[in-house]
Amino acid sequence: MIKKCLKSFYIGLVLILLYAPILLLAVYSFNEVNTIGTWGSFSLVHYQKLFGDPVILEMIGNTVVLAIVAATLSTLLGTAGAIGIYYSRKTVKTLLGGASQIPVVNAEIVTALALAIAFVTVGLDKSYFTLVVGHMVICTPFVYLSVVPKLKQMDGSLYEAALDLGASPSKALFKVVLPQLIPGIISGFMLAVTLSLDDYIVTSYCKPSGFNTISTYVYNATLKGNAHTAETLSSFWALTTIIFVLIVAVVLVMNLTKKPDGRKRNET
Amino acid sequence: MRVRFTRKMLGIPYAVFLLCFVIIPMLIIVFYAFTDREMHFSFSNFAKFFSDPTKLSTIVYSLVIALITTAVCLAIAYPVAYILARSRMKRTYVLLLLFIMPMWINFVLRINAIRELLNWIGLLGEANYFNTIVGMVYDFLPFMILPLYTTLLKIDSSLYEASADLGGSSFTTFTRITVPLSMPGVVSGITMVFLPSMTNYVVSDMLGNSKVTVIGKFIETYFGTDWHMGSMIALVLLVVVFVSAALTGGFSPEDNVRGTNL
Amino acid sequence: MAEHIIELVDVSKSFDDTLVIDHMSFYVNKGEFITFLGPSGCGKTTTLRMIAGFDLPTSGKILLGGKDISMLPPNKRPVNTVFQRYALFPHLNVFENIAFGLRCKKVINTYENDRGERYTKKEKLSKKEIAEKVKKALALVDLEGFEKRSISTLSGGQQQRVAIARAIVNEPEILLLDEPLGALDLKMRKEMQLELKEMHKRLGITFIYVTHDQEEALTMSDTIVVMADGVVQQIGTPKDVYNEPANTFVADFIGESNIFNGTSAGDRKVRFCGKIFDCVDDFERNEPVDVVVRPEDIRMCAPEIGMLRGKVLSVVFKGIHYEITAQVGRYELIIQSTESRDVGDEIGMNIFPDAIHLMKKKYTKNVYDGVITKRNTVEFADGEFECDVTQLYPGSHIDEEDYLVTAEGERLDLTGVAVTVEVGFDDIAISDEEGAGGAMGHIISIIYKGDHYRIIVRTEENEEDFVFATADLWNENDYVSVIIPKDKIKLTLKHAEDRK
Repeated sequence: MIKKCLKSFYIGLVLILLYAPILLLAVYSFNEVNTIGTWGSFSLVHYQKLFGDPVILEMIGNTVVLAIVAATLSTLLGTAGAIGIYYSRKTVKTLLGGASQIPVVNAEIVTALALAIAFVTVGLDKSYFTLVVGHMVICTPFVYLSVVPKLKQMDGSLYEAALDLGASPSKALFKVVLPQLIPGIISGFMLAVTLSLDDYIVTSYCKPSGFNTISTYVYNATLKGNAHTAETLSSFWALTTIIFVLIVAVVLVMNLTKKPDGRKRNET
Repeated sequence: MRVRFTRKMLGIPYAVFLLCFVIIPMLIIVFYAFTDREMHFSFSNFAKFFSDPTKLSTIVYSLVIALITTAVCLAIAYPVAYILARSRMKRTYVLLLLFIMPMWINFVLRINAIRELLNWIGLLGEANYFNTIVGMVYDFLPFMILPLYTTLLKIDSSLYEASADLGGSSFTTFTRITVPLSMPGVVSGITMVFLPSMTNYVVSDMLGNSKVTVIGKFIETYFGTDWHMGSMIALVLLVVVFVSAALTGGFSPEDNVRGTNL
Repeated sequence: MAEHIIELVDVSKSFDDTLVIDHMSFYVNKGEFITFLGPSGCGKTTTLRMIAGFDLPTSGKILLGGKDISMLPPNKRPVNTVFQRYALFPHLNVFENIAFGLRCKKVINTYENDRGERYTKKEKLSKKEIAEKVKKALALVDLEGFEKRSISTLSGGQQQRVAIARAIVNEPEILLLDEPLGALDLKMRKEMQLELKEMHKRLGITFIYVTHDQEEALTMSDTIVVMADGVVQQIGTPKDVYNEPANTFVADFIGESNIFNGTSAGDRKVRFCGKIFDCVDDFERNEPVDVVVRPEDIRMCAPEIGMLRGKVLSVVFKGIHYEITAQVGRYELIIQSTESRDVGDEIGMNIFPDAIHLMKKKYTKNVYDGVITKRNTVEFADGEFECDVTQLYPGSHIDEEDYLVTAEGERLDLTGVAVTVEVGFDDIAISDEEGAGGAMGHIISIIYKGDHYRIIVRTEENEEDFVFATADLWNENDYVSVIIPKDKIKLTLKHAEDRK
C-alpha cells in the first residue's frame, strides 16, 4: 500500500513539474498584467492582442500551411518510397534504408548546415521551395520508417492473392496493399505535421528572409527584443494556452473515438 | 520501348530525393571540411579546431552539460517508465500520454514557458548553466521515458515470476532481470537525449542568457564566417552520431515521442 | 490417354545462387488430384508458386495445355490459389473478398444492333451476375448468409472456406492449394480433407495440393509427387509410393518403416538381419541394397517357427494397434500388431516375400574433389583435413621441409594438386565441438537402419554431403564438426600428368 502511494506520488510529482510552466502561462494568459509575478484582474487582453496582431496571425498561418504542405508531400514521397524499396533488391533496401536513417539520427544543425551550403553551392536562393524541401528532409524519413513496419507485418501473399485473382499489379497495389498501410501512413503524416510545426533550426537555415513561423518568430522575439517585447511575449502566453487546449481536445477526441483495446499487454 | 510499371519504381522519387537533399549535402560538408579557403585539400580545419584552447573548453563545457542532462533525465525517467510499464491499470497509456502531450506544444514556445517560469522565480540571467540544464531536461525527458517504457513493457512478465519462483527477492529481480533486459531502452534513450543536448543551441540561447555555448552553436556562428570550419565541426558531429547509431543498432520511429499513436 | 494440363519441362529455380528446384520434369493430368509431398524446404511450394506465376523459373518451361506460360504474370493465368494462411483481404468483407476476382474479370458478350448485325463487346460482369456467383460459391462451401461478415470475425475453418470460395468462384482450370489445412486443428483438418476431396469430384477441375503431411497426401490424392532437395523422388499413386518406395528417403518419409542394409543373394533372395529371405525383387547377386519392411507386415508367431527370433524391448499402445520393438541379434525391428506381448517375451517373426521391398542404394561411398594444401593436408567439401599424401606415390616419404620425396628420390611440391578423395561410410564421426574436425555442417537426414543410424551432414557453403553410419542418435539440424581419421582418407591423383 505504501509502495503504491509512493509510486503515485512520484508520478504525480514529475507530472506537476512537467506541466508547471504551461499551467503558469495558462493562468496568466487570463490576467491583465504583462509580467508574471504581479497580479491583476481577469482579462482577455492577451487574447485580443494575439488575434489583433496581423504579423502574429500571419506567422501562425505560415506555420500551419507549411506543416500541411510539407507533411502531405512527405507522406506521398515516403509512402511510395517505402513500397518501392520494400519490393526492391536487398542491397537497394539496405542502402536506401540506411540513407533514410541519416536525417533521423543526425543532429538537426548538421542537416540544416548541409542543406544551406548545398543550396548556396548550386545557386539556389532561399525561398519557400527551399523551406519546404528542408522540412521534407526532416519529415519524409519518418513517414518512410512508419510505413515500412506495416509492410513487414502485412501478409506477403495478399499481393500475390490479388494477382492470382486477376488484378493487374497496379490494381493489386492500390486495392489491396495500400489499404493495409493506412495506419502507418496516418501516423507518418501526423508525425510529419508535428515535426514540421516544432522545427526551428532547419527553418531558420532554409527560410526566405521576412518569412516567419511560430518557432522563428518566438525565438527572435525573446532574444533580440524590440520596443514592445513585453507586449509580444505576453501574447505568447495566450498562444501557448490555445495550442495546449487544442492538443488536449485532439487527444480526447482521438481516445474517445478509438475502439477499445488497441494495445497488446501481458495481463497476469 | 515501353517501360513496364513495376512496384520498385515507386521508390525512385524517394531515392532521388534522398540523393539530392541528404547524401549530396553530406558529401559537400565533407568536401568543405577538408579544404581551406583556397579550396585546396587540407587538414588545417581539423588541426585548428583541436588546438584552440577556448574552443576546447567550450566543448568540454558542452559535453558536461550534455552528460548532466542525460544523467538527470535517466534518473527521473527510469522510475517513471518502470512504474508505468508494470502498472496493472487498464488505462496506463493515458498516463503515458500525459507525459508526452507537452511535446506537441511548439518547442520554442515550450522553452519560452520555462523561461517565463525561471524569470518569475528570479533565476533567469543568474544561473545560466543551471537554467540551460533545467530547460534541456524539461525538453528531452519524454525522449528518455518512451524508449525505456517500450523496452520495459516488452519484458515477458513470466520472467519476473520465474525469478521469484527461483527465490529471487524483488531487489534481485530488479537488478538481475529488469535492468539488464532494459539496457536497449537505456542506450537508445541516452543517445536520444545526449545528442540534442550537445547540439541544440535554442535552449542555451534562450535560457543561458547568451553565456552558454553548446557545440551546435559553433556551427551556427561559423555559418556566417567560415564554412570550412563549420563543416569540420558538423563532420565531427556526424561521425559521433554514426558511431553511436552503429553501436545502438539504428533507430525505430516508435521511440520518437512525437510519433506515439494517440 | 489423359490430357496433360500442366507440364514442367526441365525446370530449375535458383534464389540468389541457391538451387531450389533442380531440373524438374513431370506432368499433371487434367482433372486429377495431385499432391506435392515433401519436408519443408524440398521445393514443393516453389514448384506450386511457379505454376501460379509468383515465381518465374530460372530455366526450363512450364506448359499449360501445351502452351508455354513460363513467363506469364499470375493475373493472366487461368489458375487460382488457396494460400497457406488464406491471404484474405482484411479490409474487405466476405462478399468483397470473393467478388474480387470477378470484378477484375472481363467477359466477351455478343449483342445485336437494330440492323441485325452482331458485334461483341468486352465487358465487366454485371452486379447481378457477381452477386449470383458469390452466392453460389458461398453455398458450395456451406457459408450461406456470410456475405456481410468481416474477415476478422471468422474462425479459422470459416476463413479457410472463404479462401476456397474466393478461388473457385473464378472457375479456374486448376486450383492450387498451398498447405491449406496447416493452420487447422486435427479434427477440423480431417473433415476438410474429405470435403476438399468431395469438392474435387463435384467441380471436376484439376487440384494441385501441397503438403508435408504424408497421411493427408495418402488420403486425398490420385497421384503423389514426393520431393526432396528440389528433386522429384517418386511419382505414383498413394498405393505405389507406400508399397513400392523408390528409395530410403521415400520409405522413411511415408509411413513407418524398418530399413536395413542388405545384400542381394540372387534368385529373388536377399540377406539382411543375418538371414536370407525370399523376396519378389530381382537384383544382381552380391549387390548391396536397401531393404524396407513395413511394421504391419511383420507377423509375430511362436519363437520356434519364426524366420527371425527375438526379444521384446518395448510395447506401446497406439489405439488401434500395439507398436512392439523387438531385438533380433544386433538389430531392432518395429512391429505393428493388434496383439500385445510383454516386455522380455521371446517371439518369432515372419516376413512374407511380397512384404520385402528392395531398393537400389543411392549412396555407396563419399567421393569429393580435393586439393592438396601447402601443409600437405587436403581441402575438400568446404573443409580441410589431415591426410597421408605419401599414398599418392607408392614408396614415397615426406622430408623435413615438407616436400614429398618419391621412391625414385624426386622432390615434389604437392601444393595445389587436384585429387579425388574417397571416404567410407564407417570412417566418419561427428562432434558438437566446433573445430574438432576438418569441416562443419548441419545434419539434414537421419534414417534408422535397424542397428545404426545413417546420417547425412551437409556443409553450408557448397552444400557438400557427408554420408556415414553411426550408432549414436543425433538431432536433425544440429550443427556439427566432421571428423575423419588421417588414415581413412583415400586419395588418388586426378590428372595422370600430375604423376611425373
